[in-house]
Amino acid sequence: MASQKALAALTQRFGKLETSEFRGQTRVVVPRDKLLDVVRMLRDELAFDLLVDITCVDYLNYRNAQHRFGLVYLFAVTETNERLTLRVFLDEPQLSVDSLVPLYEGANWLEREVFDMFGIRFEGHPDLRRILLPEEFTAFPLRKDYPLQGRGERHNFPVLTRDEG
Amino acid sequence: MPLEPATLTSLPEAGGDEQEYLWTLNFGPQHPATHTTLRIVLKLAGEQVVDAIPDIGYLHSGFEKIGESLDYNQYVTVTDRMNYISPLANNVAWHHAVETLLGIDVPRRAQYIRTIVAELARISDHLLCCGAMGLDVGAFTFFLYAFNERETLYDAFETLCGARFTTSYTRVGGVMRDASPLFIEKVRHFVRAFPRTLDDMERLLNRNRIFIDRTRGVGVLTKQEALARSCTGPVARASGVTMDLRKDAPYLAYEDFDFNVCCMTTGDCYARYLVRMAEMRESLKIVSQAIENLPSGPVNLDTGERVTIPDKSQVYTTIEGCISHFELIMANRGIEVPHEESYAAIEAPNGELGFYIVGDGSDVAYRARCRPPSFIHFAVFPHLIRGHTLSDVVAVLGSLNIIAAELDR
Repeated sequence: MASQKALAALTQRFGKLETSEFRGQTRVVVPRDKLLDVVRMLRDELAFDLLVDITCVDYLNYRNAQHRFGLVYLFAVTETNERLTLRVFLDEPQLSVDSLVPLYEGANWLEREVFDMFGIRFEGHPDLRRILLPEEFTAFPLRKDYPLQGRGERHNFPVLTRDEG
Repeated sequence: MPLEPATLTSLPEAGGDEQEYLWTLNFGPQHPATHTTLRIVLKLAGEQVVDAIPDIGYLHSGFEKIGESLDYNQYVTVTDRMNYISPLANNVAWHHAVETLLGIDVPRRAQYIRTIVAELARISDHLLCCGAMGLDVGAFTFFLYAFNERETLYDAFETLCGARFTTSYTRVGGVMRDASPLFIEKVRHFVRAFPRTLDDMERLLNRNRIFIDRTRGVGVLTKQEALARSCTGPVARASGVTMDLRKDAPYLAYEDFDFNVCCMTTGDCYARYLVRMAEMRESLKIVSQAIENLPSGPVNLDTGERVTIPDKSQVYTTIEGCISHFELIMANRGIEVPHEESYAAIEAPNGELGFYIVGDGSDVAYRARCRPPSFIHFAVFPHLIRGHTLSDVVAVLGSLNIIAAELDR
């Protein structure tokens, strides 16, 4: 769906970026440190005014995977419904990436959810706390090394009796 | 665990004197006007809301983690429980995403049936949203009108798939079972009868002094803010964003139908209410066109495609059906899924509901991410409520249509 114009403009500015296409969806792999610049260009020059979603995939057990984590940024142009997916790959010690909150306010909770579920830190995020899970939770449950049934966190919550409450 | 509101604050520290006069009010998690389980910590100066700090996660049940252990047909039961106000739209969204990943198109009749149920789900969702919003600002009669019509819809859903609430109606490559003549008759009856109720509802509230005072100019979201904060659906359209996936990227059978995209520019609670009311009429137009032009033919893909579990009559009488059944049911067989990932979305009643699915060759998704519109719209809430009074909280909350099961997943 993404026009060749956007891709050409990105290539011209940032050099050769790895792109792929599947079912009509264009994906561009962006180096970790260039994310903010690429997104700024998408928003200001290429009219991608809507950040659709931010999510992450843990490629721990995935066949032929090169990296541990792959962030997914979905962008859209609301006028033409042109879409573009950015991928940022991260590996174990360096689990942080620039936050998009300065550019898109909507990234705030989406990034918090990724942090909550995968433990990826977003540099420059104004309020990076857990969002769905309780503050005292220590694991990152959507990682592939976390078991489906949990590690007993629910059973070990402190019990609040009626007298204390 | 009780959270200390002081640690939650997102406001810069105000001057020492001023801070003493702020009240803290816990709104929820059990409160009749939140309708679902969510909690907002409100900071009040008198009756004015200075800040609102949402605290969500009470209904978090790990739907995305469950998605990594259930196969593509089983997971549809979990999608029912996301936005349980319009489960059929979620079913359609999930299997639309799965079929995008597989690269298959469902038969024409299934596309039409899915379009009909998705639009009926939209009507039922908007009825609840508008009705509950009316209820919260004091219009109880309006709520009863809305719920009476929802009952008719639930009745039709029951005829269609045997369940009123947790429908689980779609399957990979088709639907659970064909629309019966009785269902079609019930939908026709609804299409005939509903406009009169809708007229009544509009007459009750559209020019109601109290309702307008409570909603007009309250919780204004400008177009720029709506875009910057990733809003979609009626919330964005009430602010002047003319985005509607049914028109922009027609999926299913939407290309065949004549309907309008309803927009407003004011972006307040009243505009969101009006957009939803207008969208119900447009949905009704789509349903009536679809039900009268319902194509004949199969509702599931052919057994040769080997994605849909064949009908029992085929399994018992034909060798192809029998083989296909076993191929799909047996462990380590199932549907052939590409080793790829894709995103597909539909225009759900609340906004863009999309699924990002990573396939790893097996018939269980490696990752099943849901883009939940409620989650994104609730993030806007603190921004909308700042500076309004406490009584406006329910009006804004109602107009955003926050469904906590989808919010927390």
